[in-house]
Amino acid sequence: MNDEIILAIESSCDETACAILKNGEELLSNIVSSQINVHTEFGGVVPEVASRLHVENISYVISSALKEANVRMEDVDAITYTQGPGLIGSLHVGVLAAKTLGYVYHKPLVPVHHLAGHIYANEYIAPLRFPLLALVVSGGHTELVVMEDDFRFEIVGTTHDDAIGEAYDKVARVLGLGYPGGPKIDKLAKEGKPVYPLPKVHTENPLDFSFSGLKSAVIQSLGRIERKGEVLNTADMACSFQEAALLEIRDRIREAIEIYQPKHFVAAGGVAANSRLRELIREECEKHAEMTYTIPPMWCCTDNAAMIAKAGWHAYKLGVRGDLFDGPDPGLELESYDAGKENA
Amino acid sequence: MEKKKTFTTRSKEETLRYGERLGENIHRPVTVLMYGDLGAGKTTFTQGLAKGLGITRVITSPTFTIMKMYRGRVPLVHIDAYRLEGVSQDLGFEEYLEEPDGVTVVEWPMFIEEYLPENALEITVTADEEGTRTWSVNAKGEAEEHLLKEWLG
Repeated sequence: MNDEIILAIESSCDETACAILKNGEELLSNIVSSQINVHTEFGGVVPEVASRLHVENISYVISSALKEANVRMEDVDAITYTQGPGLIGSLHVGVLAAKTLGYVYHKPLVPVHHLAGHIYANEYIAPLRFPLLALVVSGGHTELVVMEDDFRFEIVGTTHDDAIGEAYDKVARVLGLGYPGGPKIDKLAKEGKPVYPLPKVHTENPLDFSFSGLKSAVIQSLGRIERKGEVLNTADMACSFQEAALLEIRDRIREAIEIYQPKHFVAAGGVAANSRLRELIREECEKHAEMTYTIPPMWCCTDNAAMIAKAGWHAYKLGVRGDLFDGPDPGLELESYDAGKENA
Repeated sequence: MEKKKTFTTRSKEETLRYGERLGENIHRPVTVLMYGDLGAGKTTFTQGLAKGLGITRVITSPTFTIMKMYRGRVPLVHIDAYRLEGVSQDLGFEEYLEEPDGVTVVEWPMFIEEYLPENALEITVTADEEGTRTWSVNAKGEAEEHLLKEWLG
């Protein structure tokens, strides 16, 4: 049997990335041009959203990925890329690179939804079992997704305002902890106690999330402490925020498992690296002996092209094809992407 | 015509209603600049505005992806420049600021000052200790002044 090689490109937001996957299983290379050092240099939040930076990086990551995999463009069977959601200028660069390669080398194109990539990243750790419940938590996403089968997505819970990772970053900023906020709050929270009262969130759909009110409550609480001339215990505030935010997520997971009775639970996205969230997920999932669960290692959680390669591989096998007229879709919806498959 | 107006809101619902009424009064392209601290209510206001534009999808914070687009009676481009502090070149979405097709809302506009149009509705929000929000609106441009009058009388 001939080897089947997938080349995957991801450029939906801050990272420019390329990966090569062989026969759907063997990750031959996974190159990410991470700019986290640039972020910290500015003491804040400078992302690699400038299209020009993606343009500068894209050729480099593609040639590096091919070289490290010891694969020539001629050996590639399909090119898969993130079509959306994301920032239009960033997406454009990856989509254009994919289409150019597809056109020049006569390779089929396979568009992939960014969140599908996050979920399928778990396949590097364990095979997915259906029905599956996925929690996707990152700087831009907070979603509970149910999958009855490969590439059948149903979003059953989502945030009404801020994503969880964004709430972490913003709270870290008002606490003066710097960027990225997630790991800093996680670490500091271990030294604190959840003594500051913060509101519990109620959403109409019990599986939906909301973190904006919690963020505002932390800011208001800091203001009160200052006005009263009290001394803020930053570790206690970090812990109070983290417990409030993550218990909200834990409760939604509990509810969703109850309703959907999944055979497999997977976590995905950068915030899945949070130690307290991992602990809460383990506690919750251990209660369900018949359900397997996967909490992936850090390299699987953050944005990369390996995850797009995995999702792209399945999409390729299912017959999903893009063409040279497909552009990036910054508002691409996971469920409509699913429906797109049926027309393919 | 008056160029400046102020109003206060005391709940999330009230903020949503003011946003919604602005949205209902928008019939031509306009840029809305939203100034205010973290947690002041900028995104909440924009959620109301979107409803007034006939957008049914949930408006979530665009902080991470910088820009989100929605289709409605009038299309909405929601930009959040929070993460762009210090970035000054090639954003890849300048055209949405130069010539908006519908409503372009910009949160943290001070971080992309060089891209902002001259004519705009500037809204500054501050929250006091009880959570009461004070909203100051400044209309820059004739059409914007007209919109302000339609919106707040």
